[in-house]
Amino acid sequence: MNISTPVLYAISAIFGLLALATILVWWIGRQRPGKASSELMLRVRSWWVMIGVFTIAMVVDRTISTIFLGFISYLALKEYFSLIPTRRIDRLVLLFAYLAVPIQFYWAHIGWYGMFVVFIPLWMFLFLPMVMVLQGQTDGFLRAVGTVSWGLMMTVFTLSHTAMMIAEGNISNGIGAGAGLLLFLVFMAQFNDVAQFTWGKLTGRHAIVPSVSPKKTWEGFIGGVLTTACLAAIVGPYLTIMPWIWSAAAGAMIAVAGFIGDVNMSAVKRDLQVKDSGGLIPGHGGILDRVDSLTYAAPIFLHFFYYFFVGGRI
Amino acid sequence: MVRWLRLGFFALIVRPVLLLILGVNIRNRERLPKQGPAILVANHNSHLDTLALMSMLPLSDLSKLTPVAAVDYFGTGAFGWFAKHIIGILPIDRSGRTQRKNLLDGAIEALDSGKILILFPEGTRGEPERIATYKKGVAHLARARPDVPVTPVFMHGLGKALPRGTYLFVPFTCDVFVGEPWGYGGDIPGFMLQLEARMKELAQRGQFPPWE
Repeated sequence: MNISTPVLYAISAIFGLLALATILVWWIGRQRPGKASSELMLRVRSWWVMIGVFTIAMVVDRTISTIFLGFISYLALKEYFSLIPTRRIDRLVLLFAYLAVPIQFYWAHIGWYGMFVVFIPLWMFLFLPMVMVLQGQTDGFLRAVGTVSWGLMMTVFTLSHTAMMIAEGNISNGIGAGAGLLLFLVFMAQFNDVAQFTWGKLTGRHAIVPSVSPKKTWEGFIGGVLTTACLAAIVGPYLTIMPWIWSAAAGAMIAVAGFIGDVNMSAVKRDLQVKDSGGLIPGHGGILDRVDSLTYAAPIFLHFFYYFFVGGRI
Repeated sequence: MVRWLRLGFFALIVRPVLLLILGVNIRNRERLPKQGPAILVANHNSHLDTLALMSMLPLSDLSKLTPVAAVDYFGTGAFGWFAKHIIGILPIDRSGRTQRKNLLDGAIEALDSGKILILFPEGTRGEPERIATYKKGVAHLARARPDVPVTPVFMHGLGKALPRGTYLFVPFTCDVFVGEPWGYGGDIPGFMLQLEARMKELAQRGQFPPWE
């Protein structure tokens, strides 16, 4: 066990919340049976599995946490590569892109920030086109190099910030440590997803970007950001070293970033003309559908924390 | 001993690699046969096809699963032994030395003992992610045992992960579509038309990105 008391209590509270949601959804299902409520039920069931696996991965051992987070990132990358058009000649390039996953998460695991932050944006960014050009096929080169690099940034670089958060938090996040910092981020991002969905369902009128995601409304967005900020103000001082006002700001930022990550991935799916990114998680779609908000929220929150709290500016 | 080796190979290597590293996304899994005798027909793109199909059925059915394959391809060496005993293939002799009418005897016998046969009517892996013309062997087999259900399965993605002529394995999520089982309707051309139509319909259910 490498888990501090606040983290343990927070995890228990999340399970309590989930139990409450399960009862609520079950009650809705009894009041209004139908396709919508059975879809909700399926989602809640998947939440149990996801939160269960996440908890085990966080609690058992730090190395397992990193491997787990890396595996999520790998699944996201694989889902992405399976969705986009690829060239046959690039099989070797794709293999190297996959190999970047364990390497990048290793840098995060040992807390080598300097390498972590340049490995994919610089070294892989330069290396993959090199491999590609040496294969000698120029037809579709730019599209291939663009889509592969973007995917690696979006699914590996951004998501590896979750593993870096553990390393960084273990040094500078006081009693909550790395697990506290990561739990704060993931909890807020996922809570915000649910909050925006719920506010949107209840009060949503005015679409934000109808051509990308017609169900995302201003009402849902604002309601979600405010609810998440309020919850963050309560949870933040407990799990992190941030005072409540900073926690609220971080919560609002995670909520806004989460929204951008969500519509960003929606735009990709629209472009590729698919509804879900995959079928891995019943009721949710693919893994990308679940981690899309984290692709923006994880790096932004880590650098926010790094700048103000590790950099000693507060 | 060999039985345990086979079980271990599938439980510890094939399933983890295919289901975790590669990822198989199955539509209508419930249409897969729950007991033998049964015939599965699928399109063939990769060495992984057989293993993927075998991973979709429960591990407890492993002893019943029998992929039908050409004997000459696998040879008599270590590869041949592995194909025969660990993968559990039922060899078909394409060389012409076996009488044409006796060619399917082994397969019919396997069906009679309650096995689930896996057939690739394209006969070869061919060009990845392209369907070749179907061979009639499966129709003759269905005629011999008209009560045995034939379940069509369309797979996409394995040909990208491990195409013919390479050993470089690159993960791609594999999409699998299982169709409704049907049986021999009375004539061989009719059966072949059914097979083609069913496979085509399954292929159209998916939406696959271009792969040049």
